[in-house]
Amino acid sequence: MTTTALDGRPPQGSGPVARPRRSELQAERVRAARLFLLPMMIALMAVAAWPLLRTIWFSFTNTSLSNLSGGEWIGFSNYLTWRTLESGRTIWRGTLVDPAWWNAVYNTFRFAIISVGLETVLGLLVALVLNAEFRGRAIVRAAVLIPWAIPTIVSAKLWAWLFNDQFGMVNDMLMSLGIISQKVAWTANADTAFWAVIIVDVWKTTPFMALLCLAGLQMIPRDMYEAAKIDGIHPVKVFFKVTLPLVKPALMVAVIFRMLDALRIFDLIYVLTPNSPATKTMSIISRENLIDFDKFAYGSAQSTLLFLIIALCVILYIWLGKVDLGGTK
Amino acid sequence: MAQLQLNDVRKSYGSVDVIKGVNLQIEDGEFMVFVGPSGCGKSTLLRLIAGLEDITSGDLIFDNERVNDLAPSKRGIAMVFQSYALYPHMKVYDNMAFGMKLAKAGEAEIRARVEKAAKMLQIDHLLDRLPKQLSGGQRQRVAIGRAIVRDPRVFLFDEPLSNLDAALRVATRLEIARLHHAMNNVTMIYVTHDQVEAMTLADRICVLKDGLVMQVGTPTELYEKPNSIFVAGFIGSPQMNFINGQIAKGFGAHTIGIRSEHMVVDNVSPVWSGEVVHAENLGSDNYLFVDIGSEEPVLVRQEGKTSIPWGAKIGVRPIEENLHRFDEHGRPIR
Amino acid sequence: MPAAIKTAAFYLAVVVIVVVAVFPFYYAILTSFKTGTSLFQVSYWPTEFNWQNYRDVLSQGAFPRNILNSVIVATLTVACALLLGVTASYALARVRFRGRTLLLLTILAVSMFPQIAVLAGLFELIRFIGIFNTPWALILSYTIFTLPFTVWVLTTFMRDLPVEIEEAAIVDGATPWVIITKVFLPLMWPAMVTTGLLAFIGAWNEFLFALTFTSSSTTRTVPVAIALLSGASQYETPWGIIMAASVIVTVPLIVLVLVFQRKIVAGLTAGGVKG
Repeated sequence: MTTTALDGRPPQGSGPVARPRRSELQAERVRAARLFLLPMMIALMAVAAWPLLRTIWFSFTNTSLSNLSGGEWIGFSNYLTWRTLESGRTIWRGTLVDPAWWNAVYNTFRFAIISVGLETVLGLLVALVLNAEFRGRAIVRAAVLIPWAIPTIVSAKLWAWLFNDQFGMVNDMLMSLGIISQKVAWTANADTAFWAVIIVDVWKTTPFMALLCLAGLQMIPRDMYEAAKIDGIHPVKVFFKVTLPLVKPALMVAVIFRMLDALRIFDLIYVLTPNSPATKTMSIISRENLIDFDKFAYGSAQSTLLFLIIALCVILYIWLGKVDLGGTK
Repeated sequence: MAQLQLNDVRKSYGSVDVIKGVNLQIEDGEFMVFVGPSGCGKSTLLRLIAGLEDITSGDLIFDNERVNDLAPSKRGIAMVFQSYALYPHMKVYDNMAFGMKLAKAGEAEIRARVEKAAKMLQIDHLLDRLPKQLSGGQRQRVAIGRAIVRDPRVFLFDEPLSNLDAALRVATRLEIARLHHAMNNVTMIYVTHDQVEAMTLADRICVLKDGLVMQVGTPTELYEKPNSIFVAGFIGSPQMNFINGQIAKGFGAHTIGIRSEHMVVDNVSPVWSGEVVHAENLGSDNYLFVDIGSEEPVLVRQEGKTSIPWGAKIGVRPIEENLHRFDEHGRPIR
Repeated sequence: MPAAIKTAAFYLAVVVIVVVAVFPFYYAILTSFKTGTSLFQVSYWPTEFNWQNYRDVLSQGAFPRNILNSVIVATLTVACALLLGVTASYALARVRFRGRTLLLLTILAVSMFPQIAVLAGLFELIRFIGIFNTPWALILSYTIFTLPFTVWVLTTFMRDLPVEIEEAAIVDGATPWVIITKVFLPLMWPAMVTTGLLAFIGAWNEFLFALTFTSSSTTRTVPVAIALLSGASQYETPWGIIMAASVIVTVPLIVLVLVFQRKIVAGLTAGGVKG
């Protein structure tokens, strides 16, 4: 306990703390704080820390779904193991040499980068439009929120219907416009399934990005634009020299949050393109192994790898960006 | 009703010392004002007395009892904050009654005390309102009323007037002075950066600078016998004239100080003479800025309407017994 | 470029944004009122107004039960998160203690957790406690994303409450518990509504845990029920019924979001941008 200010002021200096005793008030406050934090800590332990440790433990065993307590320690076998045959040929096994896993890793990152990239650009554009003053702006802003308010599962079903190969609106429209000559199975076709997922995700999440960008834009004082206008600076130049740098900090935080979200995508793909290998992500195949294929331990290993990959991304980002995530203003 | 004693009280945040050893005795029923420039530690000192901050070392004694570690609510203090700090969701009555309710006082007693305090401050017709329905001045009265209801031994004010406009500030100042007389057995400690408030309200003033007490005394003592250039310059408006260099050497000092009202225009036997470079007529008084060859022009107050035009060459003479002489360390030579 | 063209281009952009945002849901509503063969004819304007799909979805199967499950799970999840979140965020926002920043970072880290990483461990825990296939399994597991979020946003809000009001309460003799319940809570209602609403939406929409921790049609929540809705034969997807179900569970959400638009944006910015 270095300082005793009542507010959330940052710690003043880090000199020697010669404070053997604490006043009654501070003692009471710190005691209360501990008590207040306890239930939350216990809850997070129960639902986050403990299950995570168990998942990691399972990944080193041969536990099966039907016998959760019967697993035996098998070391790294779920990750990587090899056996040399008498012929001298070495057979590698485990997640780390499983092409399905690496395909999922590739799909996940491809999805995350493309969708978040598109959402950021489109979100910024929509925010710029909404930031202008025009009649009916409130209605437009409300309309933009609708995709965000729709549950992911519902939007997945919605778009599955729009993308339906026989009766879907998309095929109908594109054919009547003469863009395609025969009906396309958007969600089943390996070439188009990935882009179908991207379209739905971008449609659903762009409003979120737009709102965050808009909040950032509205913090820029108007007179800054007026000053630029008086100086006769071209609007495009104003955008890149004034607007973008000012919105960037808020935008970067939004991007990282979205990125972490995209890396763990599950529900949209599970409903929209359940069987296409082109859209199987890390979460999807982990769950397949865990629950559907009765390869519980193997799935645990994949879950653990996903956790490590995301943790690595976060650490890298904090380290590179030196973002102030601590909330100490 | 309490006598306060501070023995070598210190406060530091990590390695930064804010209060660097304050020794002070505040008498029973006294109105003590802490004054000083911003960052001098006056508010911190008040918060140490209130118990809102921990004392790093030293003793804080209320009536022979060491209260360093005692919770604020058990010290018998009440505090009026700069921002009023009324509970926004409670009516005026509940704002004033909150402390007593927490102390589990009886409903009848609470009502009696709240109504008495409200009547005293003429806010008894506002008891059913919410703070947001009140004007700034009314809110300040409620904040004072809330403090009165606590029936404190020591009343603490943290710059209570600085959020009010100029006219209201004078009126509320009178109110607080009246309160002090009405409750003359309650010790009051008042923090301000405004030396006019300090001079008009205080029994004694404690001038602080950089976490140290510069001087403690009655307003008259500080005004007439400042023990440093800092106090001489801080107390009194307009500021005392300070003159360095050759002119001061003539008086056997490093610096001399003379207040504008202790200078007379004397063209017959002038001590200094110079040109009037600027004049301000305030109606009752006339201030002349005279360039006598010192670093800054000296300020001379003239009562009445005698007007001397800009550019006039005049002679001035300081009244010898009101002249302050200081050595090179800023200490007075007596 | 002449001003007229500029204005026209701008309004064209506005129209495109609105159409793209609204059209898919509009189309879902159209579909939900169609039955029989007209379901399979694409039309952009209402051609039929038949409540049959709604009647079917609400009378056949367990869909009303699924709605009830969703309401119970989401409400209790929010209540738990707010209860634990308010006291914790007071401690984090208002009391300075060693390890506070580390704790805040940990909470943030938990909110970014890939949920699949705890799935195996949670599965075991839920089986062990014996709450598999009950609403309690979902309420427990949803804590992993609602609680960190609630704590984080409430801490941001709480930090902005004036210090002097708390100090006045301290001088009045209020304990930390009294400060939270009597002084801060009445000031926190807007923040609580926002946070609660966002947590509610999160719990209402959750899919992975709901899919994994329930196994019978009467314990499922709405998203799982919609995802698994099937027709008479497995080759025939009952699109009309699915769209009717989708409209039923989405309209309340859209109404909530539109009513609390400003508050939600404020909550998202507090949780996202400032975070």
